[in-house]
Amino acid sequence: MSESTNPRPVLDVIDLVVHFRRRARRDVVRAVDGVSFDVARGEILALVGESGCGKSTIAMAVARLVAPTSGRIVIDGTDVTSVGGRALRAIRRRVQMIFQDPFGSLDARQTVFETVAEPIRIHRLARDPEDRRRRVMAALDQANLRPPERLAQRYPHELSGGQRQRVAIAAAMAVGPELVVADEPVSMLDVSARAGVLRLMMEGRDRLGVSYLFITHDLATAWVVADRIAVVYLGRIVEIGPSPELVAHPAHPYTSALLAVAGGEEHDGPVLPGEAPSAAAVPSGCRFHPRCPRYVLAGEPAICRDEDPTLHIRGAGTGPAHRVACHLAQQDPMEETK
Amino acid sequence: MRGSYWVRKLASLAATLYATVSFNFLLFHVLPGNPVQLLARSGHYDAAARRQLVALFELNHSLLDQYVIYLNNTLHGNLGFSYVYREPVTTVLGSAIGNTLLLVGTATFITVVVGVWLGVVAASRANSLTDATVSVTSLSLWSMPDFFTGMILIFVCGVWIHVLPISGIESSGLASGGLAHVLDIARHLVLPATTLVLVNAAEFSLITRNSLVDTLVEDYVLTARAKGVSRRAIVWRHALRNALLPIVTATALYVGMVLGGAIQVETVFSWPGMGLLIYNAVEQRDYPVLEASFLIFAIAVIVTNFASDVLYRLLDPRVRRT
Ligand SMILES: Nc1ncnc2c1ncn2[C@@H]1O[C@H](COP(=O)(O)OP(=O)(O)OP(=O)(O)O)[C@@H](O)[C@H]1O
Ligand code: SF4
Ligand SMILES: [Mg+2]
Repeated sequence: MSESTNPRPVLDVIDLVVHFRRRARRDVVRAVDGVSFDVARGEILALVGESGCGKSTIAMAVARLVAPTSGRIVIDGTDVTSVGGRALRAIRRRVQMIFQDPFGSLDARQTVFETVAEPIRIHRLARDPEDRRRRVMAALDQANLRPPERLAQRYPHELSGGQRQRVAIAAAMAVGPELVVADEPVSMLDVSARAGVLRLMMEGRDRLGVSYLFITHDLATAWVVADRIAVVYLGRIVEIGPSPELVAHPAHPYTSALLAVAGGEEHDGPVLPGEAPSAAAVPSGCRFHPRCPRYVLAGEPAICRDEDPTLHIRGAGTGPAHRVACHLAQQDPMEETK
Repeated sequence: MRGSYWVRKLASLAATLYATVSFNFLLFHVLPGNPVQLLARSGHYDAAARRQLVALFELNHSLLDQYVIYLNNTLHGNLGFSYVYREPVTTVLGSAIGNTLLLVGTATFITVVVGVWLGVVAASRANSLTDATVSVTSLSLWSMPDFFTGMILIFVCGVWIHVLPISGIESSGLASGGLAHVLDIARHLVLPATTLVLVNAAEFSLITRNSLVDTLVEDYVLTARAKGVSRRAIVWRHALRNALLPIVTATALYVGMVLGGAIQVETVFSWPGMGLLIYNAVEQRDYPVLEASFLIFAIAVIVTNFASDVLYRLLDPRVRRT
């Protein structure tokens, strides 16, 4: 179900389900509950949603760090959902992951050089130690870590948060990935360091054609960075479409709510009134209905409580489709743009 | 900054050693009962002999002077005169220290290697049957007194199936120095060393396991996995290096434990080391030997602690570079 003009997306996620069985509490967390999307070559797709909606779990499943309960992960036409051994190692080169916390994701006992050199060594990308050194230095230089010879000898604790995240990016880019999964890569950085890291990622796309699965809880960041945005709510994509279109004409009431808080001032606390969603107790019908203003406005129709909406194409534009999962979305498409 | 750390560290080491030596002095000189009274208990010492003894043990000085003499003697490696062996304590201790070092050194090496390895195995399969088996077995062995484990080994290997010597450090009648002699000592070493390993390995296996389990969920472990680092390399190269600090700290604690254990084990196996010497010295109230042994054990523990502090610093780049 490729959306892009290129017939073969770099990443195709089909009906991904990841459930965690919690033995102690005898329940099941439906962290990811039937998610499909694809990422074209050179495209940046943002996954946006509140804390706990399953963004990181999707990222980990794509990076083969969490085993899906069902569904498929297809990388460049090859189903990698359950590959192991050598094939998995090849995937571990082609798909790189960048984590949220640059203080935790670097081994405190490795120098910057060792951190960047290790993946080059594992994937046997250098002819000899000298070649490896050159590649490390080039990667550091491209990540704006200058002078590379000096920075290479540092330990993570001697670097700023932004520098650490750029080391993580350098280590990822050094092995020539096709897809980079970045899980909130700037949310723990100072505002001043964010732009540099984001620019670095965009450069990777522009210069090398790398694709990104970019995860953020901030719709504004997604809008700046991404070509397309997928809005995730309680383990489901509720709306997906080209960034400008989705931001200008949000079709799902949850997207509208996210837009309302993305506008400006610092916001903590829930995006919407109503009980905070728990993936261990997903509501019936449309999982958003207990918090949905449109449901209330429409007089609490039974369909919202009883039927789980699926993604439907909205409008007839050209290019990638704008899809939304809402029973009432078609009724007044322009409602939310005011 | 770095210089002042070492100055502070060495100063505190010196202060601790001084306090220990002084405490040792107090313990043996201020407490009631002196060697002359003890030796004279049997009664057949006349007044002249008593005076000689008093002079020999330097009891004819004030307590403060005795303290100064004691410090001076200790600094010069003169640890007094054994009541029982009628020899300088240093002579008595000489071979015993070597024998204890052989036993404790061998046991410690094996304990650390086996303990850490078991801990890694358990942590790599956390919450599995293997993990539970390792933990339960280590804990049970740990909770047993050293002498009891030793006696079980004596019974099983020495009495029941008769495979290994259960007493002493060597068989009589072997020319010393030859290969046969070395092998003979090694055979005598097996059971007492095994006892110490069995009892103490738990400290390392449990600490390694717990420290590693905590480390294996860290983000950088996830990062390493995502990069394609093999499971084995993740555990040994990334996680264990980071989990090592508690293990180093445990080693310092362990030295105190193993020295206590050595007293029991050497007694049970008649291993002619410091432990056996202390046991006999207690029985025969050979205070100078006890005094010197306490001092040596205390210094061993203090020096190990110091070494582990230093190692800690060298291992952790965060501490090393700042
Ligand atoms: N290993 C696990 N075992 C049980 N539940 C889990 C596990 N990992 C995640 N979850 C649960 O799955 C849900 C989704 O978690 P996830 O980390 O994917 O959310 P997220 O969108 O990344 O949130 P955040 O913005 O806080 O990072 C949460 O309810 C979380 O508690
Ligand atoms: S389906 Fe109903 S409850 Fe769900 S988002 Fe649409 S209006 Fe709201
Ligand atoms: Mg997350």
